[in-house]
Amino acid sequence: MRRISIVSQVGFVLLYIACVSMATILAGCSEQVELTTCDGTGKATVAKNATGQVLADGLMDQWKRDHPDRDWVTEEKERHELKPPADNSALLEGGQAEGHTYGQHDRRDLLLWARETEKFALEGSRIFHSGELLGSTVAVSCDMCHPHAANTHPETYPKFQSQLGRVVLLRDMVNWCIEHPVRGKRLEADDPAMRALEAYILAQRSGAVMNYGKH
Amino acid sequence: MNKLKSVETRYMEERGKFFHDLKNLDRRSFLKVSAAAMGAAVASGVMPSHSFQSISVAQGSAAFRFAYISDSHLYEKKINDRFVRSLLRAVEDVNNLDAQPDFVFYGGDLAQLGQPKELELGAQILKDVKAPIKMMVGEHDWYFDMGQKWRDLFGKPTYSWDYKGIHFVTLNSVVERDFWTRRGLTPMERMMTVAGLDNGVQSPFSVGQEQRQWLRKDLAAYSDETPLIVFSHSPLYKLYKKWNFWTDDADEVQAILKRFKQVVVIHGHTHQLLTNRIGNIHFHGMLSTAWPWPYAPEGMPELTVEMNRPDPFNPNDGCGDGQVHVHADGLVDKVYSLWNRGPITVSKAYTASWGRQSVPPKPNRASY
Repeated sequence: MRRISIVSQVGFVLLYIACVSMATILAGCSEQVELTTCDGTGKATVAKNATGQVLADGLMDQWKRDHPDRDWVTEEKERHELKPPADNSALLEGGQAEGHTYGQHDRRDLLLWARETEKFALEGSRIFHSGELLGSTVAVSCDMCHPHAANTHPETYPKFQSQLGRVVLLRDMVNWCIEHPVRGKRLEADDPAMRALEAYILAQRSGAVMNYGKH
Repeated sequence: MNKLKSVETRYMEERGKFFHDLKNLDRRSFLKVSAAAMGAAVASGVMPSHSFQSISVAQGSAAFRFAYISDSHLYEKKINDRFVRSLLRAVEDVNNLDAQPDFVFYGGDLAQLGQPKELELGAQILKDVKAPIKMMVGEHDWYFDMGQKWRDLFGKPTYSWDYKGIHFVTLNSVVERDFWTRRGLTPMERMMTVAGLDNGVQSPFSVGQEQRQWLRKDLAAYSDETPLIVFSHSPLYKLYKKWNFWTDDADEVQAILKRFKQVVVIHGHTHQLLTNRIGNIHFHGMLSTAWPWPYAPEGMPELTVEMNRPDPFNPNDGCGDGQVHVHADGLVDKVYSLWNRGPITVSKAYTASWGRQSVPPKPNRASY
């Protein structure tokens, strides 16, 4: 989850550019200049008389090569279709929100909500579709029985699971699947992977009617 | 209790019970049972399924019978032995049919990731099948090396043969457009993409122009009266594109089959009870030995009576193998031999009457 927040920060890129300028000044008068990203993880070489833009691009390209997973949000969305989060555009239409701070949102807020919510669910999608990320010892992932999270029916929990002899929540069933068909290790309820899996499964049942106890 | 008895003892007991039950039926009810309500009787547990099916053939309601196994999705044994054990179980099932089936059809997706070792393991297990075996290719067998290993082991994926008055055709219906070159995918990445049922990067399946042309030519010598049975891995119609329960050029293929009076298409890929009829073409799905798929959220054919939602606590539930009883006219009774459940028969009478007669039992646990 930490990676997500790093990759998504546009500010991070700006930091690089700042670093690049510093590095150039210090590099002296040799033909080529070697640059190091400010986190010390990447190096790039550019001509000494290159413009700031070229320097920044050089470093950014290197950083991209070092982080092949950088576009995971776009890639995951392309691979595994996700239902879009709810449309909140009605909030922009004024009405009683006038003078009411809680209701004061602009288009940017809405975009941020949608993007971050979607990203949370997409992280779940990634885990859902990967035996490796699920910790499967038998190369089994959730999507092998539940394509697009079909037949997961999160809207029916809590319910009495007769095979377990008790009332369960969605996460109990997720853990049951992880321990049995997936043969991995069960997740704590607040484990980031469990939260992401729940987010994805709930997102994919958008529009279903809540109906706890349904069999 | 039954489990502790030997196969022979169980068989003799079932046989004895069957003949005992038979005595208590008058002739008219017997004919009714044997001809029309075979599946229903078996499913309701009136008679032990195993013996009943074999004996019904001996009674001669069908011209002949073949068995099927499909969608085993094998990993190497050291990675995952469950799918291996399931295929072994299916092989045991078909070998245990007394009065052996005329042949066994394998419906594709023998391997999970098209690895040579997976395909070799599958070929080795299938060698134990007593009856002659016919192979079909699935996308999981193909997209690691574009079918090279599969062809080495099993020969051409597209072929036809004649048997007891029926013309049989096997197609490779999982031809995908090249989505990998532009993306610079490795063979393994290409395979992983295709292996994900809900992976939207891959292309829809198709039979393709080359095979359609071959099919036209292959069928040219046969009159419209010839009964035809076609095998395809994906359903040869358009059900649900997002999971490739779909063949992109299905309309073109159906057009080629249209002139024949009687066509049956039997397909894999969907891992569930699935029935459809489009004009003269009757479609039946096959069960998987590995896992059942959920039903498509939209576009379900009207004729399909869904199977009960599988029990997640039973790794074999909703899986199985089955048999196809071929009648003299070329139409079939399709038997879904579900493991840990009674078998369900979708009879010739059901599809021939557009679902008005011999309706299979309805599920009481509908899918979500």
